[in-house]
Amino acid sequence: MKNQKKHWYDFLWIASLTYLILGFFNILFAWLGLLCFFIPLLISFGKGTKSYCNRYCGRGQLFGLIGGRFGLSRKKDVPRWMKSKGFRYGFLVFFFLMFFVMLWNTYLVFSGAQDLKQVVTLLWTFKLPWQWAYHGTLFHDGVAQFAFGFYSVMLTSTVLGLVTMVLFKPRSWCVYCPMGTMTQLICRVKSGKDR
Amino acid sequence: MPDGKRKRKKAKVDVSLCVACGCCVKVCPLSAIQIYKGIYALVDPKTCVGCGKCAAECPASVIEIKEEPNT
Ligand code: SF4
Ligand code: SF4
Ligand code: SF4
Repeated sequence: MKNQKKHWYDFLWIASLTYLILGFFNILFAWLGLLCFFIPLLISFGKGTKSYCNRYCGRGQLFGLIGGRFGLSRKKDVPRWMKSKGFRYGFLVFFFLMFFVMLWNTYLVFSGAQDLKQVVTLLWTFKLPWQWAYHGTLFHDGVAQFAFGFYSVMLTSTVLGLVTMVLFKPRSWCVYCPMGTMTQLICRVKSGKDR
Repeated sequence: MPDGKRKRKKAKVDVSLCVACGCCVKVCPLSAIQIYKGIYALVDPKTCVGCGKCAAECPASVIEIKEEPNT
């Protein structure tokens, strides 16, 4: 890496790590994670590039660091099906379905039909009690419900990413990361190419 | 450059499977690989020396180092 000098954005993994840690102390910080949704979308829509993935994504850097530099990875090839279009787009759809379920639950709390649940749901299945990170909110309970839901999404994807990091290449999460797949899709459509 | 034994090695990307993550770009010592419009990685065969760093890094393992028959 001779000519590859470090830029400020090569340290965004610190932001990603901080984000995950903050969620253990005050769940409301989970709202910040929306940046990881809107920035890549804005870049791909606006500029038609994946420079979010290519430069700024702290999560990818984190996996690269833990799996690459610290060697916590078998560095094996991902299985063929994992990089297939079917799996990548399938996972994208599944991920967004789950995302909308989460938004629906938030709506139910906002509307008063449901009470706030102070849990973080891991891998869409396991409900972890998380009340220690909730100290009340000045806003509606729904605001907190969204935070719990959104943090669940972020933690789930991190755990999946860590598992595939260990099993395969450090950044194998990037192969099926829904944001990566979606931004690539947007770029593809924008450039008018169908490959 | 004489042909025959000293064939030059170049990186070759399977663009249909490339996820355009840019991991390859980060490790290339010669900046010989770039992401084309956010869709796939594009190698500049004039600059690439076939060192294989990108291939080792690629999370999707879609880069092959191949000998180029003629340049
Ligand atoms: S594919 Fe996902 S994790 Fe990888 S760099 Fe892009 S947004 Fe980040
Ligand atoms: S590292 Fe592999 S998947 Fe990622 S952009 Fe480069 S060639 Fe494509
Ligand atoms: S083989 Fe080496 S020089 Fe060629 S694109 Fe890959 S990293 Fe760059």
